[in-house]
Amino acid sequence: MKNVLGVIGLLVVVCLLTALASEHFMTGRNIENLMRRTALFGLLGLGAAFVIVTGGIDLSIGSIVCLVGCLTPYLVVECGWAPGLTVAFVLGVAALLGVVHGLLITRLRLQPFLVTLCGLLIYRGIARGITGDQSQGFRSGFSDLRFWGNGRLEVGVFDFAVPAPAVVLAVVAILAAIALSHTVFGRYLRAIGRNEQAARYAGIATDRCVVAAYTVCALLAGLGGLLFVFDVGSAQPADFGNVYELYAIAAAVLGGCSLRGGEVSVLGVVVGAAVMQVLRNAITLVPWIPDAIEYAVIGGVILAGVAIDEVVKRAVAQRRLRNSV
Amino acid sequence: MLNARGIGRRFPGVMALDGVDLDVRAGEVLGIVGENGAGKSTLMKVLAGVEQPDDGELIVDGLHVSLTSTADAHRLGIVLIHQELALADTLTIAESIFLGRETTRFGFTQARDEHRAARRWLELVGLDVKPTRRIDSLTLAQRQLVEIARALSTEARVLIMDEPTACLSPTESSRLFDVVRSLRAAGVAVVLISHRLGEVEALADRVVVLRDGRRVGELVGEDVRAAQMVPLMVGRDLAAHATDHERALGPALLNVRSVTQDDLASETSMTIRAGEIVALSGLVGSGRTELLETLFGLRARSAGTVHVGDRAVRSGSPRAAIAAGMAFVSEDRKATGLLLEETLTTNIGLARLALRREGDGLLAAGIFPSRPNERALAHASIGELAIRPTDASRTTATLSGGNQQKVVLARWLAIGPRVLLLDEPTRGVDVGAKAEIYALLRQLARDGLAILFASSDLEEVLALADRVLVMHDGALRGELPVDEASEESILQYATGQTPT
Repeated sequence: MKNVLGVIGLLVVVCLLTALASEHFMTGRNIENLMRRTALFGLLGLGAAFVIVTGGIDLSIGSIVCLVGCLTPYLVVECGWAPGLTVAFVLGVAALLGVVHGLLITRLRLQPFLVTLCGLLIYRGIARGITGDQSQGFRSGFSDLRFWGNGRLEVGVFDFAVPAPAVVLAVVAILAAIALSHTVFGRYLRAIGRNEQAARYAGIATDRCVVAAYTVCALLAGLGGLLFVFDVGSAQPADFGNVYELYAIAAAVLGGCSLRGGEVSVLGVVVGAAVMQVLRNAITLVPWIPDAIEYAVIGGVILAGVAIDEVVKRAVAQRRLRNSV
Repeated sequence: MLNARGIGRRFPGVMALDGVDLDVRAGEVLGIVGENGAGKSTLMKVLAGVEQPDDGELIVDGLHVSLTSTADAHRLGIVLIHQELALADTLTIAESIFLGRETTRFGFTQARDEHRAARRWLELVGLDVKPTRRIDSLTLAQRQLVEIARALSTEARVLIMDEPTACLSPTESSRLFDVVRSLRAAGVAVVLISHRLGEVEALADRVVVLRDGRRVGELVGEDVRAAQMVPLMVGRDLAAHATDHERALGPALLNVRSVTQDDLASETSMTIRAGEIVALSGLVGSGRTELLETLFGLRARSAGTVHVGDRAVRSGSPRAAIAAGMAFVSEDRKATGLLLEETLTTNIGLARLALRREGDGLLAAGIFPSRPNERALAHASIGELAIRPTDASRTTATLSGGNQQKVVLARWLAIGPRVLLLDEPTRGVDVGAKAEIYALLRQLARDGLAILFASSDLEEVLALADRVLVMHDGALRGELPVDEASEESILQYATGQTPT
């Protein structure tokens, strides 16, 4: 809990500053949109967290979003597949890609960075190939299906409604929190991140756990891809989901995950995703911030956030050391 | 030329050094001896600028100095050669020697000049290999000599060697001693830290003995003898090491038949009975660790069978070995044993959780660890093994080596093993904890466990074992009941000579 306070503080500060700078920030519609974007990116961030806690990394998240996002409208519109079958199929494909990543990493001992970097290139290439590099959309149909991405659950206050993806995220986040903090699986993942050799020597089936982590990550990327395309309505294979893996990793790191592995906080990841969406929102809303410098602002705030966090942690550790002598 | 006055260094909860004086003189080999945890390594780190003392002062050539980094120490000609060698595997010998001090022209490295210079230093340390060889193609002994060549090339006047022969064969060691003697003749001051008192006796002109962070004695010239050092180092009677060989032996518990593995030279068979403690002796690199790891399934065997009782153990799976009742305390508890940043509770429960035994109180509904029961287990283990401090929610990294080792033992005892394998069970463990671990292992044997431990410490082997198996070059070469075993007889097998 303690390590989440930092990112929550950051979220509060960013929200306050944005609200002061723009009167459009604290409107029902804007908050609703922020929640929707946060939910979508939060799913990707949670997936990334499962891999990062083992000390690994997944760079293919954005390309899986692209593959799923393009295949789904392509299959239901161009090929006439049933929506239910399509959803099951694309999620199955995503999970399978995760299994393949995991097996390449554990069996062939390839480095996660390398395996998933190749995934990043391959899946986008496949998506562009299958679709002939043409934008894929639902046209105006399939509103039942698309509800999961663009749906609004009215609560009868102002013009605010709870976006459907936020419900999905809430469910996934609760499941992820239980899995990571209260099950033996979560314990094993953390043990692997701390010291994979020690975990293996203690009799943990480390390879199986690592494969499972990459599978969860790819599956959540797939789920995110589905909801993204349901929300937007169409996907352009050349740029759909581009650099989303970096947003996911940044959310996880902001939320207290160490890239060295072993540390994770589900709440932190979700708040981390929210910080990034508020920043993007601020850049759009606040008139004196030029849109063109979006990446620079996001990068700068994340860097400042983790740097301050590190300095504070060191100061605390120093004081503890002094007190213990 | 180098004088230390009243050096003190505190770590959380321990005085690592307490008012230590030390004079290092040119053209002299100074031995530093003491038990593990006596403060030898800390003192050397202070002299070499790796750590800063909390009290005291350092005087070099009559001037007060403060060394805040190894670079400061290097400038004054003080170089520490670490116990674990610090060379980058993929560089060449010449690149390693001049790392950080490259010969450059217009910003380009001058390989040919470096090779020529490197050859001169290699010659000086008696290492006859091409300076273009990569470090990872060298033996440990050769790497050691490269480190010394590197130190000499910086014009070191004080050379501090921390356990230089820990990984060397007797021939390699004696070569190294010749180099040390020639350095002494050339006026270099050599500070030698070693557990092998025989070496210190042979090499040192003077010996300083440390115990519990204090300087407890100094021996000069004729008095530099192991028999004089030991009482100073231990400071009390060795009664804790007294042997006990009156255990009733039960049926055979560990049965190893014709096991082969790529890193072992020949078929291995052995039987260990319930209540028996067997030592696996041999020099470093003789295959002891490889054999233990093969038995535990960390390395797949190519042929042969392993049984715990009547239960066959599948090859290449530590999980299968554990399920059959085997436990393995590995040699390097930091790299392969503990989750250092996690609590004692998590570490102690780990193996038992991984076993996922049905109906185990540690698990609820098969997938949720039960925190209260984990804590109860940790508290019970802490009490039983006298782990200090007793707080189960502490981070494991904050414990001393001996207590960390007890945490590893607690983890394995929690699964109720029948066969206990240990690799260097008291490495980096202080004297007190060592005696406790010996007593614990004897108690476990009386309770009917079969125990097989590998150790380089012959005293430990002789104190603990009922039977000694000796390895040389990846194969079991000899077997000695403890009453026939002596340091000499074990070493004969270990060095490949056939005893007459």
